[in-house]
Amino acid sequence: MENFLQQLINGLTLGSIYGLIAIGYTMVFGIIGMVNFAHGDVFMLSAFIALLVFLILTQLVGLAYPPLAFLIVLLAAMAFTGLWSWAIERVAYRPLRGSFRLAPLISAIGMSILLSNFVQVAQGPRNKTVPPMFTDLIRLTDGPLSVTLSYKQILIMAVTAALLLGFWFLVQKTALGRAQRACSQDRKMAALLGVDVDRTISLTFVIGAALAAVAGALYILYYGVVNFSDGFTPGVKAFTAAVLGGIGSLPGAVIGGLLIGLIETFWAAYFSSDYKDVAAFSVLAVTLVFMPSGLLGRPEVEKV
Amino acid sequence: MSRWLDDPLLSVEGLTMRFGGLTAVSDFHMRVGRGDITALIGPNGAGKTTVFNCITGFYKPTQGRLALAHADAASTHDVDALTRSGRRFASMGGRDLFLLERMADYEIAARARVARTFQNIRLFAGMTVLENLIVAQHNALMRASGLTFFGLLNTPGHQRAEAAAVARAVGWLERINLIGRADDPAGALPYGDQRRLEIARAMCVDPVLLCLDEPAAGLNPRESAQLTALLRSIRDHDGVSVLLIEHDMSVVMQVSDHVVVLDYGRKIADGAPQEVREDPRVIAAYLGVDDEAEVIAAESEIARLAGEAP
Amino acid sequence: MAAPTAPPRSRLQTALGDAGFAALVTFGLSFPLLAFRTEQDMQNRLVVEPRWSWSLAAVLAIFCARLLAGLIQDWRARALAIPGALVAIYGGSLALGPSFSAGALTACAGLVLLALAFPLDARLRQAPAPAARSEGSDRSRLFALGGVLALFLFPFVMLTLLGPAGSLKWINNYGVQILIYVMLGWGLNIVVGLAGLLDLGYVAFYAVGAYSYALLSTTFGISFWLCLPLAGILAAFWGVILGFPVLRLRGDYLAIVTMAFGEIIRIVLINWTDFSNGYAGISSIPRVTFFGVPFTANEDGFAALFGLEFTPIHRTIFLYFLILCLALLTNAVTLRLRRLPIGRAWEALREDEIACRSLGVNTVNTKLTAFALGAMFGGFAGAFFAVRQNFVSPESFTFIESATILAIVVLGGMGSQVGVALAAVAMIGGTEILRELDFLKHIFGGSFDPAQYRMLIFGLAMVVMMIWKPRGLISTRAPSIFLKHKRAVAGSLVREGHG
Repeated sequence: MENFLQQLINGLTLGSIYGLIAIGYTMVFGIIGMVNFAHGDVFMLSAFIALLVFLILTQLVGLAYPPLAFLIVLLAAMAFTGLWSWAIERVAYRPLRGSFRLAPLISAIGMSILLSNFVQVAQGPRNKTVPPMFTDLIRLTDGPLSVTLSYKQILIMAVTAALLLGFWFLVQKTALGRAQRACSQDRKMAALLGVDVDRTISLTFVIGAALAAVAGALYILYYGVVNFSDGFTPGVKAFTAAVLGGIGSLPGAVIGGLLIGLIETFWAAYFSSDYKDVAAFSVLAVTLVFMPSGLLGRPEVEKV
Repeated sequence: MSRWLDDPLLSVEGLTMRFGGLTAVSDFHMRVGRGDITALIGPNGAGKTTVFNCITGFYKPTQGRLALAHADAASTHDVDALTRSGRRFASMGGRDLFLLERMADYEIAARARVARTFQNIRLFAGMTVLENLIVAQHNALMRASGLTFFGLLNTPGHQRAEAAAVARAVGWLERINLIGRADDPAGALPYGDQRRLEIARAMCVDPVLLCLDEPAAGLNPRESAQLTALLRSIRDHDGVSVLLIEHDMSVVMQVSDHVVVLDYGRKIADGAPQEVREDPRVIAAYLGVDDEAEVIAAESEIARLAGEAP
Repeated sequence: MAAPTAPPRSRLQTALGDAGFAALVTFGLSFPLLAFRTEQDMQNRLVVEPRWSWSLAAVLAIFCARLLAGLIQDWRARALAIPGALVAIYGGSLALGPSFSAGALTACAGLVLLALAFPLDARLRQAPAPAARSEGSDRSRLFALGGVLALFLFPFVMLTLLGPAGSLKWINNYGVQILIYVMLGWGLNIVVGLAGLLDLGYVAFYAVGAYSYALLSTTFGISFWLCLPLAGILAAFWGVILGFPVLRLRGDYLAIVTMAFGEIIRIVLINWTDFSNGYAGISSIPRVTFFGVPFTANEDGFAALFGLEFTPIHRTIFLYFLILCLALLTNAVTLRLRRLPIGRAWEALREDEIACRSLGVNTVNTKLTAFALGAMFGGFAGAFFAVRQNFVSPESFTFIESATILAIVVLGGMGSQVGVALAAVAMIGGTEILRELDFLKHIFGGSFDPAQYRMLIFGLAMVVMMIWKPRGLISTRAPSIFLKHKRAVAGSLVREGHG
């Protein structure tokens, strides 16, 4: 029972991170029908940006108060990663919009390879570790297998929840959200009705990247280590989350993320940690084959 | 006179199709006479294409039986026996009998020999006109090429089969006046030519029943006249029964032997063109009953069109 | 576009404005990632240090590239000018820093390229557009024959020119390596290019082929010549098994599921150590023999049998011919299949699946045969890989491999055999040439490691080539049958498939 509770906490923490990345996949797929293969690497990039900004703040600027440092890191990572994503869309995807359908996919795969190797060249191939922050624990139960909830975990879940609320407001209540929904329904019609399609798509990429940047900052906070090759696997898992929740559905992406986090954690705890990635990939395959519209997505009817 | 009652090729019984909560077609009965041109008409959204998609297997009907008999009409007894047997098709008393609602779409084309065209033309745009007609003869060629193995060795049998397929395609291209464009990509043809090519492609499947979904849509009057002639020659020369959905009343009244009218997923009229034309329910369905003047105008229009027909 | 009231800006002004904006964005992008570096100090603590030079270099490079792209219209002149400018900047920075002479020389070379680009652009702009080339089937057949002949002569030419030791690299790293990818590209072309089914897990079948030979030969001692067909059959079997559940899926979804399958197979190979020996892989796989005669220095070896002096190049040349024959077999079968009903059904499936079903084509069988045949050729290539390396491990079958093969097919122009071969030469040959950048160490000093730029440039090339030619190098489609004239179908009419 203690173990179960502990794994539940760990799984939800991990799931929050996946959920934040998954939103980027689901939004971009919803609006232009493309799997943004480089999104996982954008997440990795953001973790590096967060790491560097944190080190700059603590070592070069001399900011000693952790909560303020964390807040600045979060905002800076969102801003710089958003800029990266904007530039990627502008350079690698926009010229291919409306062209041959496979071209953006290959371009995105190329971008993914480019980004991870760029970080390798710029920051070196080794693991980068940061000193642990917010290390305090709360003991929920006593005993040989005590259940603990760390401040870090609380912070991750709280930040995720707060951001999701803000984000939900953004898509549901603002003109931007309306423009996004219009573009995902019918891009040509939206353009005819005066929606600036290019700008809406750019903003979608920026918002998705900003949420991935939060995930990146939380990732580096939680694990304290990042490597240039860390984009692919979390990226695929987050994509799995988006598919599981029903691609195009924002609450679905979050629920999918939490589920994937839980599946992975429990699989590793109760079966075998060697095969935890197989569990995630199998969920992906099984969902797509048997339930392609996911948990909350709209089913697609074949038009004859 | 009413061949569809005496010798039906296809009988649709109690066809119902629901999409979620929406009932597109409910308890629909119709018969397609062997050697007839049958028109299925009705206002937009009446469920005509849904009936088509059920007949050709692209939709699985919620309920209903669609029995198709090659050669001559199946007895009710045979159809019931096949239904009870749980099989999809069988040879009953010397006749090949098919229950279309149980068969997959490609089986309906390949075995039951029901070919179709689409409302929004579905040619293989990047393949040439000739290739389109060769693909339509896929199953015959597949058998001749020994499921590819003889074909890899290029055996004489396979060569003969391919030559025959090309000859058949050439024959059709001559009939639809497209022989000069055999080596052009199908997607580069003008709209009217694409419509005719799609019909020729369906005919290359060697069907007993040809289903055409709005074949005259988007055609100019000259092309419509060509289409009418083509449909008659398919009926009279090839002996293939035709079932068509059409909005162009002049085409319907000119070529059909039998007209079935559908409105809100239900059949409202069924009979020879003259009978249907005069049916007040049909006029009401097409024009609404409120405006007396419009009804009269429409009636005179229909009468005028029917008068043009020989 | 100028506002109607303002006077129209000159091209230079527009280019400068664009370049300035691009430079600003680049500065933002480079801010933490290039402008700072981290290093571990004595206490294993990560320490951050500024490194503004890198950021500055990136800003300068992007500014120049964008400016030149704005000033020069023709892409060929751009391709000359932009690298020229970058080389000049690099040389200039070197001349100021570590090595004046080498830097100045590099800078001059770059400036010469840059200077040449402007007159070239002016001339190309004046020259009339080249007339559309006629698609002479005789000429293309002659070209293909010449190409095959050149491929057969290639190792002997290299051997004569460079001797056994010098030619090894060319025959092995370029010849064999490129041909493996040509074969993989042709195999995947059946699935993606002809049938229009997007497969991002093709490496799984390559792995099945490689492990089939590795395990069958080391466990049961079965010879390569028997294992080769077995590897193909096993891979085809896996193609059907993995193909079956994904029949209903389309487009990107299909790509993602096949990628997941590829990764699952790799993870299983890593973790099921009893079966595959895990990360350590399977080593000492029997080497290839000349139909039973080993390539050894012994009396019963190949060299002794044919009265030649023993050299290891014999085996390499044999491997070269082996993969050449396997690749040509793939090509011949594919070309033949395109003219058979099954091949036409694949292409029709790519064009319109619903129309196919309305014509009685069993799309399930059609898709599965495409998966199976594509997988079979992948399996052959895998068995060849194992016998060439004498060692297989899961490391060789990562997602990057699948992505590379798919990129070759898409870049080649889907369905075009010649295009796929050209793309394989460009992508694989290109990355192999990047391995030769070691000479740069002499210029930039020993700490400079050109190898790490290889994949960076590879990824960049993928993006650039897609933007340059989204439909691939050869986008036209040759009809499989014709009545009077064989005319290529324009790429814009050919569909890419939704599966």
